Order: sequence, then structure tokens, then C-alpha cells
Amino acid sequence: MTKKERLTPEELIQSIKDMFTTNIQDARIEKRTMGKKKTEFYHLWIRLDKTIFKEAVRHLQSLDPALHFAVASGYDLDDTIELVYSFSLYHGVRHQEISVNLTVALPKSDPTIETITDLIPGSLISEQEKQEMLGITVKNIPKNSRVFIADDFPKGVYAWRRDETGPKKLIRNLHKVKS
Amino acid sequence: MKTAEKTTYQLPIGPIHPALKEPVMFEFEVDGERIVNVNVRLGHVHRGVEWTGTQRNPIQILYLAERICGICSYCHPMAFSLAVERVAGIEVPERADYLRVIHGELERICSHILWAGVAAHEIGFDSVLFLTWQMREKALDLTEYLTGNRITKGITMIGGVRRDITPDMHPKIQETLQYYKEIFKKLQHVFLDDKTFQLRCKDCGVLSKEDAVKLCAVGPTARASGVKKDVRLDQGYFAYSDLDFDYITPDIYTGEVHGDVYDRIVVRLLEIQQSIGLIEQCLNQMPAGPIVSEPKPLKLLAKLKNVSGEGIGRMEAPRGEVFHYVKLSAQDAPYAWKVRAPTYNNILPWIPMLTNQQIADIPIVAASTDPCMSCTNRVTIVKNQDTSFLDKEELHRMSIQKTRRLQP
Repeated sequence: MTKKERLTPEELIQSIKDMFTTNIQDARIEKRTMGKKKTEFYHLWIRLDKTIFKEAVRHLQSLDPALHFAVASGYDLDDTIELVYSFSLYHGVRHQEISVNLTVALPKSDPTIETITDLIPGSLISEQEKQEMLGITVKNIPKNSRVFIADDFPKGVYAWRRDETGPKKLIRNLHKVKS
Repeated sequence: MKTAEKTTYQLPIGPIHPALKEPVMFEFEVDGERIVNVNVRLGHVHRGVEWTGTQRNPIQILYLAERICGICSYCHPMAFSLAVERVAGIEVPERADYLRVIHGELERICSHILWAGVAAHEIGFDSVLFLTWQMREKALDLTEYLTGNRITKGITMIGGVRRDITPDMHPKIQETLQYYKEIFKKLQHVFLDDKTFQLRCKDCGVLSKEDAVKLCAVGPTARASGVKKDVRLDQGYFAYSDLDFDYITPDIYTGEVHGDVYDRIVVRLLEIQQSIGLIEQCLNQMPAGPIVSEPKPLKLLAKLKNVSGEGIGRMEAPRGEVFHYVKLSAQDAPYAWKVRAPTYNNILPWIPMLTNQQIADIPIVAASTDPCMSCTNRVTIVKNQDTSFLDKEELHRMSIQKTRRLQP
């Protein structure tokens, strides 16, 4: 990929804003430097509506066919579950890689999101993990089984939830356990 | 065809433990000697580390993160620190950036040599295992000299490092680097020129470049398939952007990329040489100055208690990219912490690597991504409608027999 074909962080954000207009709730560029030479690097943070999430991933892949998916992080905010999908574009050329984090809020009344495994097969384990840890449903996921949690772990308990479905009732403080 | 009954486990939550001999379970569908399908089961050593982190303050998490992996005990707390520093806007002193590179590269030397020994063991060369692990001792001794510890180093601090490297310590470091330069030719000869190694490792466990990209492989596993992906170069962190080095892919040595086990050996061996060079550059270029932005931990904690926001920390660990996501919400403990070890991304690439391989190749192919080796402790054999299990020892025995059958 030539320098001309690679978008700058500003152009990248703009291309997403142009494409999805009102469905982008927030977009910011985190610019940092490193070393004595103060070389710059960029982390982009984009908050978007779940209706356009998959199209946004497709758009990133059109900008870099070797789009790398690192992991999806997630957490429970009272009424919603937020997922942060972390990607990186333009690896392979020194100091040109840009990290892109897409944040999507899923309402607890409908905690579903489309799979991206058809675009990036390597996202499977991350999607399975979000299902079992946060109690979301990834639509059309090719393998709908647990990946980290044992099959006999109680159903309806999600380790990363902070509500009544969280792991509280399973926690034992070792100092309170009588031998 | 009858499928194997899956084992159930009781360990509830947490990240992958990427340490050696990690119990990951494969379910192989095997037709005679040939593997026709592979299923990987994870999670047998989940300890709820991420959840536990949300009950600790960021400095306590450094010591928890060190214990995610015994081999990458520097990368995990450092990646966590990078994420926190970015959320809190902490500027790391330049000298600390150089010190951080030295510790990172020393960990890479330790890890790659340890891996070389494991790889040799998997194909029946235990004398090479002892040779390499003896060589590794020097790097562990240096780690102890620089950090006070051999494995869990306790060197990381948010905003810098905990110990300086003073000029009087340079001779000991240079002596160790000189030792590794001298033995490098020997390592290269043993692993890359030996006919039996070549017969066992060439065209074995192939991962195509296309599959490596598609399945999000990282580290030497990806680079051995020709994917130029190395966080130290792609985006940089610490002082890597000031240093002179380049991506290591197998074609540098062999002139071409096959993406097989042999190529993974090539990449790791060349990276040992690269790490020696990077440490030398750091010693020569390291500026004077403080080694941590805030030397008083309580003051640092008080600051972090008022910070809100999210950040990521990415680091090129010996096995590939370590990725930490941290969300702070002006409280003692982080609101969320996600740890993604390189093994997490290098699991799905096992499937194309292992498919169509022989059972005797499972140990070396699985080891070639440098995962935790007891992943091979349960292999299901399906033959003539009967199901049986092979344990690690039996697999190891089969692997040695295959090596002995070879006539180089």
C-alpha cells in the first residue's frame, strides 16, 4: 500500500463521518509521541450506532484489506453494555499503523450485535467470549458455544456484568471459608 | 462418525494463561495418521484475573498482571502501564523509555531460547533442550542482576521503571551480550543446518500469509508467514522509534517464505540477534535523567483516583502483540480491564496448520506458535467407530519415533 493510498488519521475519521453522518456519536484522535525523536502515533476512538457497526468495519477493511482485529473489550453500564472493538490499519510500514477503536452501546433490552466473522474470521474467539462474559448475543456467529467458561458453569451468570446477572453470588472470600 | 465426549471443568472466569504447559484442549478428528478436523477448547486455567483487577488499584494490578504469564511477566504489566499512562496523560521520562526497551528485549531473548529448547524436545532432541536452557541461564542471571528477580521482575511502574541501569552495570550487560553473540552461530547451526531438523520442520504446519492475516495471527507466527507485523515498528512505543532495526521475516535468511515450522524457527533465532543489537543501541544512546515520572506511589495513586477515560496499551511480547484495554472512572480500581495475550490470537491459526498433518507432528506444530504446551494433553482418536485418547507422553513418544525413522 503506497503512502498516497494510506489515509491520515484526520482523513480516516472524516471518511467515516462522511459515510455514516448522524450515526457517528463521537470521534476523537488521541495523538501521542514517543522516544527522544518524539515520533507521533495515533489512536482513534469512534463511538457509533450499532446499526452501522458492521458497515463501519467493512469500510475499514476497504481502506486496508489486511485490517487487523486485536480484540473486543466490554463492560456493563447500568442500562447498556458497551463493546470496544480494537482494530489496526496499515501495519507493515514503520510508524504508519493507526489504531482504531469502535465503541458500540447495546441496550440491555436488546443486547445483540452482528457478527464480523464473515469479514474477519479471526474475530470468532473474541465474539464467543463477549457472549459468555457479558450475556450479549452475536447474531449469525458461526460457532455458538462457550469458549472459556466450562459447560457446567451456571447459565444466566455473566462474569463482567455488574447487575443481578453478575458473578457476585458465586464469589467466595477465601478468608471466610472454614476448612 | 462418532464424536468424542467433551470434558467439563469447573474453573469459572478470566483470561488465557499463556504460560508454558498451559492446558488448552484440542479435539482432533483423525483418519488413521491424518488429522481431518481440529477443535480447540480453552479456559481450563481461567482465574478471573480481569475481574480481580477491577477490585484492585492500578499499582496493585501491576503485580497481578505480572502473574498472568511467567514468561511474559514484563510485557503484561508494561502494556497495562502504557494504557493507564495514556488515559492519565502521564509523560514517561526519556531515560525510562530506553530502560523499558532493554528489559523488553532481555525478556525476548529468555523467551525465544526457552522456546527453542521446547521445540527441540518436541522432536526428540533432549540434548538440545539442555543446551539451550543452559544458554538461557545467562539471560536469567542478567535479569536478576538488573531487576533483583529472575522471573516476576517487579521492575514496572506506571510512568517509568523502578530501577536504573548505572554505568557500572554496563560491563556485566556487555559480557552477557557478548556471550550470546558467540553462541548464536552454534544455535543457528544446530537448528537451521541440521538435516533432521529440516526434515521434521520444513513444509510442516504451514500457515499461509492469507490465513495469517484472516485469522489475525500475531508475533513470530505471523512474521514467519510473511506478514510484516511488529508493534515495535508499526506504531512504536518506548524508545523503539529512535532505534535502527527492521521487520524479521524468514526470507531474510532463506530467500523465500514458506510459513512452516522451520520458518518460525528462523524468525525467532534472528530475533535473538536483533534483541542483542537493540540492547546495545539503548546502552549507547540512553539519555540521562529520571527513571519515573512520579517517584511517590501514593501521590501517583491519588492522581489516578481522579482520572476518567479509556486507553489501550500495545506491546510486542516475544510471542506477539500483548493488548490491554483499561477504562478508569475516577475510582480506586479500574472500571474495566481487558487483557489479550498473543496466544489468544494464535489459537485459530492452529486449525489450518494442523489440518492434514500427521499425529506425530502435533507436538512440534503446536509448539511452533510458542503456546503453552500441555494443549496436547488430550487428543481424541476416532478410528473404526471407536474413540480413544492419546496423552502427552504417548504423543511425545510417537514424535521421537518419527524422528528416528528419518534417514537424513
